[in-house]
Amino acid sequence: MSDPPPVPLLALRGIGKAFLGVRVLDGIDLDVAPGEVHAVVGENGAGKSTLMKIISGVHVPDGGSIEFAGEPRAFRGPRDAQRAGIGMIHQEFTLLPERTVAENVHLGHEPVRRGLVDRRQMLHHTRQLLASIGESALPADARVSRLGIAQQQVVEIAKALALDARLLIMDEPTAALADHEVELLYGLVRRLQQRGIGLLYVSHRLTEVFDLSDRITVLKDGRRMTTLRTADTTADELVRHMVGRELSSYYPDRADPADLGPARLTVRGGGNRKLRDVDLELRGGEVLGVGGLQGSGRSALARAVFGAAPFTTGEVTLDGVPVRLRSPRAAIRAGVAYVTEDRKGEGIVARQSVLDNALLASRAAVAARSGRAARATRIRELLAAVRVRAAGDDQEIRFLSGGNQQKVVLARWLMLSPRILLFDEPTRGIDVGAKSAIHDLVRRLARDGAAVLMISSELPELLGMSDRIIVMRDGRIAGELPAGTTEKDVVALAVGSVEAAA
Amino acid sequence: MQTVQRPPLPLRLLRVRPGGLVPIIALLAVLLILVAVRQPDFFAPPSLMSFLGRSAPIILLAAGQYFVIVSGEFDLSVGALVTAQVVVAARLIDSEPAHTWPVVLLLLGFGALVGLVNGLITTRLRVPSFITTLGMLLILLGAVYLWSDGAPKGGLSDEFRRFGRWAFEDVPVLGRVPYALIVLLAFAALAVLVARSDFGRTLIAVGDNPRTAELSGVRVWRHRTIAFVLSGVAAAVAAILIGGYSGVSFQAGAGLEFGAITAVVLGGVALGGGRGSVVGAMLGALSLELLFALMNFYGVSGALRSTVQGAIILLAVAVSAPRSSSR
Repeated sequence: MSDPPPVPLLALRGIGKAFLGVRVLDGIDLDVAPGEVHAVVGENGAGKSTLMKIISGVHVPDGGSIEFAGEPRAFRGPRDAQRAGIGMIHQEFTLLPERTVAENVHLGHEPVRRGLVDRRQMLHHTRQLLASIGESALPADARVSRLGIAQQQVVEIAKALALDARLLIMDEPTAALADHEVELLYGLVRRLQQRGIGLLYVSHRLTEVFDLSDRITVLKDGRRMTTLRTADTTADELVRHMVGRELSSYYPDRADPADLGPARLTVRGGGNRKLRDVDLELRGGEVLGVGGLQGSGRSALARAVFGAAPFTTGEVTLDGVPVRLRSPRAAIRAGVAYVTEDRKGEGIVARQSVLDNALLASRAAVAARSGRAARATRIRELLAAVRVRAAGDDQEIRFLSGGNQQKVVLARWLMLSPRILLFDEPTRGIDVGAKSAIHDLVRRLARDGAAVLMISSELPELLGMSDRIIVMRDGRIAGELPAGTTEKDVVALAVGSVEAAA
Repeated sequence: MQTVQRPPLPLRLLRVRPGGLVPIIALLAVLLILVAVRQPDFFAPPSLMSFLGRSAPIILLAAGQYFVIVSGEFDLSVGALVTAQVVVAARLIDSEPAHTWPVVLLLLGFGALVGLVNGLITTRLRVPSFITTLGMLLILLGAVYLWSDGAPKGGLSDEFRRFGRWAFEDVPVLGRVPYALIVLLAFAALAVLVARSDFGRTLIAVGDNPRTAELSGVRVWRHRTIAFVLSGVAAAVAAILIGGYSGVSFQAGAGLEFGAITAVVLGGVALGGGRGSVVGAMLGALSLELLFALMNFYGVSGALRSTVQGAIILLAVAVSAPRSSSR
C-alpha cells in the first residue's frame, strides 16, 4: 500500500453517505497531493460519482471530514467548492454553445470596466490562460458550438482554472473523445500536473488509468477496497479488487445445449452511431447475457435490434429471413419485444391503469383478431400468471412497486407471444422476491422457445442467468464467454485489460 | 393477478381519483341547485331544452378539444375555424337551398383538413401545437376577412339553418326538442365510442408518456394528428349549429377556443395530457354554460365571462397540479 503524501491538497477521512436509508458510501479515506493524478476506479454503482459529488459540494456527506489545502471544509454547495478551488469537469459539458470561448471561461465573473464587460481584458486573460496550459492554438473568440468535443473539454478546464482551481475532478473525460483526441488530453493532463494542480481522475478504462495516474483508489459497493501506487500494481490485481464477491443467490437451471433451437436472430456487421462491427447469433431457447460498462453499447445493441435506434449498416435476419427493422413498431410486428432499462421514463405510462399498461402494445401494434373480449380474458390470465400484486387492474400503475410494474410490462409483451425478447437491466430497482420471479420467468420464456438477450450490470445476475455472455466495449463486442465464466473475466473484457479473441 | 385490499364497492364509487368524474358531477349538482333556487322555471321543459340546444356547440368543441389535450397538445384554432366555416358557408350557399348538403359536406371536409394541417405541422415539423394552432387561428381569420372584403357575403339557406334553429315540436313531456340536441347526442355517443376504442385508450397513453407509447408500437405522430382532425370535424359541426342559431358574422366563433379549453380543464382533463375522460370534458362544457346562465340570473355582467374562464383555468390547473416535485 502507500503512504499519504507529505502535504495533501485534499484529505478525506471517513466519508459516508446514505440516500433514503441506502448506504452508498461508507468510511472513505482519500488523499490527493498537489501535482498528483489520483485515479478512482470501480464498477457501476461502486459509489464513484457520489464521492465526486461530495468533493465538489453537490452532496453533503453524512459523516467524516474534508480537508482542503490544510483547512477543514464543509461545502454548502458547488459554488462553495468552486470558490475554495475545486473544479469539476463533467462528462457532459456545461458550456453555452452560442457564446465565445472567452465568454464561457469568464461566465459569472466577467471583468468589468465602467460598469460594462471589458471584452478586451476578457480575451486577453483567456489567451494567457490557454497559453499557460499549452493550448494557445484554441481561438479565444470562437463560438463554442464551432469547436470539437476535445476542444470544448479544454474550454471546460480553462473555465475551472479561471476560478483558480487547485484540484480538478475529471469524470470519464475520454468517454466522448476519439482515439487521437485522447492523446491530446494526456498532454494537457501532464501540463496541469506540472503546474501543481491535483487531479482526481474517474475512469472505467484501465489503459488510461495506468498511463496517467500516480495512485489508484478502488471503490466497491461504497467502500474503499484499497489505494495502490500505479507503478506497483497490474491490471490483473486491480480487477481482482474491483470484483470478488460470492455467488449466493439462486438462479434457475440453464438451458441444456441439446435443447437449443436454430438461430432466431442473427446480426452481421451491424453498426450505427454507437455500434460497430456487431456480429451476433441468438438461438431459440437460450439466454444470451450482455455485459459491459455503462455506455459501452449494451443498450444501443438492444435498441438497434428493436428499431428504436436502428442499425445503419449490416444485415439482420429473424428465423433466417432478412429484415429491416426501422421502428419499434416494425420490430414488434416482427415478433421482437424490448423491456427497457428506464422503466419510469419509457417503460410505463405512469398515470394509466394496470390494464391499460398491459394492453398498450396489443392495442397499438396488432389488430384484435380474436376480439376485444378474448383479449381482455387473455391479459387477465397473463397478469395472474406473472403474479402482479395490485388493488385491481384499474389501479394506476405508478402506485405499484417497481417489481410489480415490471411484471405488468412483461405481461404487455407476453400478450404478443414474441420470438425474441430483449431485456435491458430487467431487475434494476426491484426487490429480491420479485427479482427471482422475473429470473424464473425469463428462463421459462427461453425454455418455451423464445430467444432471450439480457443486459445486466449486476455480475452475479449476468453469470447466474446466461447460457453465454458477450461483453461490449466502445460499441463493439469485445469478446464472448461461455456459461460458468468468472466475474473477473467479464470485468477484464469490459475494461479492456485483456483482449479476447472475439 | 393478486388483488389486495380492495375497498367495498360504495367506497370505490366515491373514491375521488384524479381525472375521474366525481368532481365535475359534484360541481354540476351545485350549479343546478343554485339555479333551482334562483330561477326554478329554468327547469321547465321548454327553457331546459332550449338551454341544452344552445349549449350543443361548446359541448361538441369540448369533446373535440378533449382528444387534442389528452394527447398532450392544444388546439387554439377552433374558434377561428368556426368563424371561417360560417362565413364560407354563407358565401357558398348564397341563400340557394340546393347548395345546402354539398356545403355541409364541404365544411366537414374543410374542418378535417384544417385539423390535418395542424396535426402534421405539429408532429412532423415539430412546431409546438400552441404556436401551430395560434398561427392557424390568425391565418383563418385573415383569410376570411380577405376573401369577403371585410363584410360577410351571401346568406345561409333555411335548410342549412334548421340544424341550429329548428326543433321537433310536440314531443311528449319534453315539448320542443331542438335538432341541435339530437345532433349533440349523436356526436357525443360517437365521441364516447372513439374514446373507448383502442385508438382512444392509446391516445391517452401518448399524452401520458410518448416515449413509452412509441416503444410499445404506437405511431405517436399519427395518433396526435388524428386528434387534431377530430377537433377540426367537431368545429365544423359546431359551426353548422352556430350558423343556424345565430347567423353569419365575423364574431361567430370568437373566443370559443378558450371556452372549449376551460370546459375540458373543468371536466378534469389534465393540461399536458395523459388524464381525463371525454364525458368529463362534455360535462365541463355544460357546467360552464350553466355557470354563465347563473351569472346572468344573478345579474352579473356578461363582460366578466372571460375573467371567469381565466380564473377557472388557473384554479383547475393549480388544484390538479402535483404538489411534490419528487419526480
